[in-house]
Amino acid sequence: MMNIFDTALQLSWLIPVLPAAAFIVIMAVFRASNFFSAAAAIAAMAASFLLSLGVAAKTLLAGFTRDNPFVLKVTWFEVPGLHIDMGVLIDPLSALMIVVVTLVALLVEIYSLGYMHGDGGFPRFFAFLSLFGASMLGLVVAVNFLQMFVFWELVGLSSYLLIGYYFYKISAREAAKKAFITTRAGDFGLLLGILALQIMFGTLDFASLDTLIPKYVKEYGDAVLTVVALLIFLGPVGKSGQFPLHVWLPDAMEGPTPVSALIHAATMVVAGVYLVARAYLLFHTLPSALAVVAWVGGFTAFFAAAIALTQREIKRILAYSTVSQLGYMMLALGVGSLTASMFHLMTHAFFKALMFLAAGSVLHALHDRADIFALGGLKKYMPLTWAAMGIGVLAIAGIPPFAGFFSKDEILAAAAGVSLPLFALATLTAAMTAFYMARMFFAVFYGQPRWDEAHEHPHEGPWPMRAVLVVLAALAVTSGAAGYFLHFGEWVRFGPPHHAGIDWAIAGTSTALSVLAIGAAWLLYGSGRWSPDTVAAKAGPLYTLSFHKFYVDELYLWFDRTVVDSLGRILAWFDIKVVDGVVNGCGRLAEAGGDRLRRLQTGQVQHYALIFFAAIFLLVVWMAAAGPAAAKAAALWGGAGL
Amino acid sequence: MSAGFPILTTILVAPVLGALAIVLLPREARQTVKYVAAFAMGTALMLALYCYFAYDFVRGGMQFTESVPWVPELGVTYAMGVDGLSLPMVLLTALIGFSAVFSSWGTEERVKEFFVLLLLLLIAGVVGTFLTRDLFIFLLFYELVVIPIYILVILWGSSKRVTKEYAGMKLTIYLLVGSAFLLVGVLALYIQAYPPGERTFLMEGLAAAAALGHLPESFQVPVFFLLLLGFGSLISMWPFHSWSPDGYAGAPTAVSMIHAGVLKKIGGYGLIRLGIAVLPLGAKYWAPAIAALGVVNVLYAAFIAISQRDLKYVVGYSSVSHMGFVLIGIAALNVVGISGAVANMFAHGVMSALFFALIGYLYGQTHTRNMDELGGLAHQMPYAATGLMLAGMASLGLPGLISFVPEFTIFVGAFARFPVLSVLAVAGIVLTALYTLRLLANVLFGPRQVRFDHLPDTGGPALVPLVVLGAVLVVFGVFPALLMKMAGSGVAPLAAILDGIALAARMGGGL
Repeated sequence: MMNIFDTALQLSWLIPVLPAAAFIVIMAVFRASNFFSAAAAIAAMAASFLLSLGVAAKTLLAGFTRDNPFVLKVTWFEVPGLHIDMGVLIDPLSALMIVVVTLVALLVEIYSLGYMHGDGGFPRFFAFLSLFGASMLGLVVAVNFLQMFVFWELVGLSSYLLIGYYFYKISAREAAKKAFITTRAGDFGLLLGILALQIMFGTLDFASLDTLIPKYVKEYGDAVLTVVALLIFLGPVGKSGQFPLHVWLPDAMEGPTPVSALIHAATMVVAGVYLVARAYLLFHTLPSALAVVAWVGGFTAFFAAAIALTQREIKRILAYSTVSQLGYMMLALGVGSLTASMFHLMTHAFFKALMFLAAGSVLHALHDRADIFALGGLKKYMPLTWAAMGIGVLAIAGIPPFAGFFSKDEILAAAAGVSLPLFALATLTAAMTAFYMARMFFAVFYGQPRWDEAHEHPHEGPWPMRAVLVVLAALAVTSGAAGYFLHFGEWVRFGPPHHAGIDWAIAGTSTALSVLAIGAAWLLYGSGRWSPDTVAAKAGPLYTLSFHKFYVDELYLWFDRTVVDSLGRILAWFDIKVVDGVVNGCGRLAEAGGDRLRRLQTGQVQHYALIFFAAIFLLVVWMAAAGPAAAKAAALWGGAGL
Repeated sequence: MSAGFPILTTILVAPVLGALAIVLLPREARQTVKYVAAFAMGTALMLALYCYFAYDFVRGGMQFTESVPWVPELGVTYAMGVDGLSLPMVLLTALIGFSAVFSSWGTEERVKEFFVLLLLLLIAGVVGTFLTRDLFIFLLFYELVVIPIYILVILWGSSKRVTKEYAGMKLTIYLLVGSAFLLVGVLALYIQAYPPGERTFLMEGLAAAAALGHLPESFQVPVFFLLLLGFGSLISMWPFHSWSPDGYAGAPTAVSMIHAGVLKKIGGYGLIRLGIAVLPLGAKYWAPAIAALGVVNVLYAAFIAISQRDLKYVVGYSSVSHMGFVLIGIAALNVVGISGAVANMFAHGVMSALFFALIGYLYGQTHTRNMDELGGLAHQMPYAATGLMLAGMASLGLPGLISFVPEFTIFVGAFARFPVLSVLAVAGIVLTALYTLRLLANVLFGPRQVRFDHLPDTGGPALVPLVVLGAVLVVFGVFPALLMKMAGSGVAPLAAILDGIALAARMGGGL
């Protein structure tokens, strides 16, 4: 047994390489074959998943830790004074991530067999998914900041390509562009932070930085390093959809639903959380940076939940909930609990992927009807989807014994220990989460059908879709309890082992609030006992603000249109009128003054140029023939004549 | 090595022989003209690749050298040789020259003249500047390039916002005025470096003169300024950049490719080879100004690129913007920054040549370069779309493609020396993403437009630039050591000089 795990560990570099190979093979060879492209993608991901399991097992058996990881690396490039490696770093953190990523990716690829069936771009879809898998896995196992940044940008590319998968739709095209540019704005900070680290420490290696940073702080204090950490944090703010760079994530739902599930819920968007976790020593050493992380996370969790309360499109509601849950993960990191953050990351990956794929099942059945108030009564037509979504809702609402209960409790308990306002915010958000999720669930599956029952016949998807829903539902039920009973905190941790215990006061409060919120949602949207319109009218401007997403998108649009574009136009005018104006003016001045330049302006330049060329040629011949005296004269003549 | 096969001369002579063969062909043999051109450039490319991969890093320095005294009284030597600075440029010229031949396959008017001018004068001239070790010959080749450029633009170019005559003339005058400053600077250098009788145009000889202390700071500062005017306008340093977008817009595809791809790089190459190696104190004096103007290049041109609708103007201003990174890398005056600058010149060359090749193809098919009139071309032209995506993603510095590592290296080098300016320059990556993604979205994506349905995708000869340049973008992007090792080995010998001026700066109280 040991041998198998050892082999897996030695081959761990294949984990990102296999999906990359699948991408290349599909693009180069199987572009026209649906069967072979899907087979290549799934086979590669399945192999990576098995390897990841082996690596994870070896990590547990060999007792690799954050301070004592397994590392394989080679030189990527170097110039004198700069040396950058690429490689694989295995510790419990990355081992957990590779298992989660390959598992969810594999399930989503299988699901897509059914969901994308008959789509014209089927091979392209699987190629891009493979590219995504390779990039994400490369990011997770990164040995230094630059490797992380490289794959960070590549997951951004895959996300761009997949959001814009339906490239003939203007909305998809614009959403893809928006995602790329918004995350780029965050990456600007990240890149600056990385550059600063390279300048300050001469290395970007995670292991080396872990020893150098504490020494630096001891010697020079933490002011400069705090700025650097905050710059780095801008990257995660963009990638993990934190306020105020969250705007791209809801629009990213233009991509096919399996993409939303895999990339924009379960894996890629947690890259930001993962980066902070990977660089946790940096943040942990700097209390003010950590506080910023906590507050940005806490506020984002609340803010996105406030928007989700009033949204109508099923995938948008899920998207805002993703933003909100990512906020929770950041909050957990900010209050010092890497364990809670990673635990929630794992459970969220399962239950959010489940909810997206269940939503995909609904969209699949009713031809992309996205407005939850144009659905309704689907429970009897799609019982499996109903059950799957129901489990997801209970999990995210933190109802025991579903997965979210355990992980959210850890976060709330960690927050309670650090900051009461943050704890209150997080608890309130938990209740809001339960409410808007239940609202969506009841509107879609209960009440009278608001679609044409006579002409439309919704039914469950084909077997790959159904099978994946069952597997993910099982994970959404069990992963929390499993983590709790198998001592997740012993493995994935920063500092001393974290002994998980349930704080019943906190857990009881938040669960009770969630149950109340679900009850309210039932009265409003399930039984129809209360009228949602009355509530909306009473909320007045608050409702409008929430429905319009607090006008953050409009603000950016205004900035882009008014500031950036105008500046571009003004500079273009300046370039043509002033910079070129001076040049043309000089030309005209010379034209007035000189015969030779007059000829230039009348199109006789061929002659001039040919004469010029001939003159140089003759000059060379003359110098060669006549020796130094001529050369001296020529040098003077040449210098003066031009 | 010097006694062996004169491989560098062969690289230089291959296009010339090809052109001579074309001159001898009958006027009707249009296809044969193109085959001969392709064969000549193919030969040059093979040899350039051989040199690039056979270069001995352990030995370093100038290799494949040839040396024949030409005008001994003057110290002019037909001296050839390549090192890590020039090899990327030589390979770049060969790659782009080869691709440019295939991008010109559709030329209809005066085919013979076009290929003769293109091959004989332009490519040979450009590659000559990088192959020679002699400053006199360097200038000779540089002047040689001006004439074909002018004629190619006014005869085969296109008129849009400005006429091709205006574009051609603007380009030519800039190049000539720039070269005038250069000539004065070079002559001053030549005269100052050694007493009569010992004078030489050999670059290593001039660098040795600087090391011997023959070139005092009071001499270096003004002469470097002259070189900066010449090389700066060549590399489109603000405010001497305005020939560049107009020139590319007016020029035929192949000329835009060669001009943006390699000709411009003579500026950066010259600043390093002459400016830093021979006039280090002058370089030290002017470095802050170069860095500041480089930042202006990056931001100013990027903002203008955002406002442009004509594809060639977008890419034209983008190339001005990218040259800002090169200038900043050079101004960093450390091995890391300059290595990045050298590598970035190569990277930008490949990327912009691919861009221009594809824009030329799209223009040939759709007869428009206005983004608002294009759209959804990914439906009809998946290959062209893939190529444009590659070029665009390389332009915005996506890791895994060729430009990322050079740009990062420049930033590392520059950050240590000009932190504030570097932060501004890094902001350029957001602006670049903005205009590049707009271009890609407007041209490639969106609803299918029926009026483009009859248009063919890139195929046959038009596919060659896409495959060759696209492959380089990816391979050098995934394995950046291929490029960085070469650039680093070229810049490493400057380390002593750079340390020297850093020391002088400290001792003199400095900047």
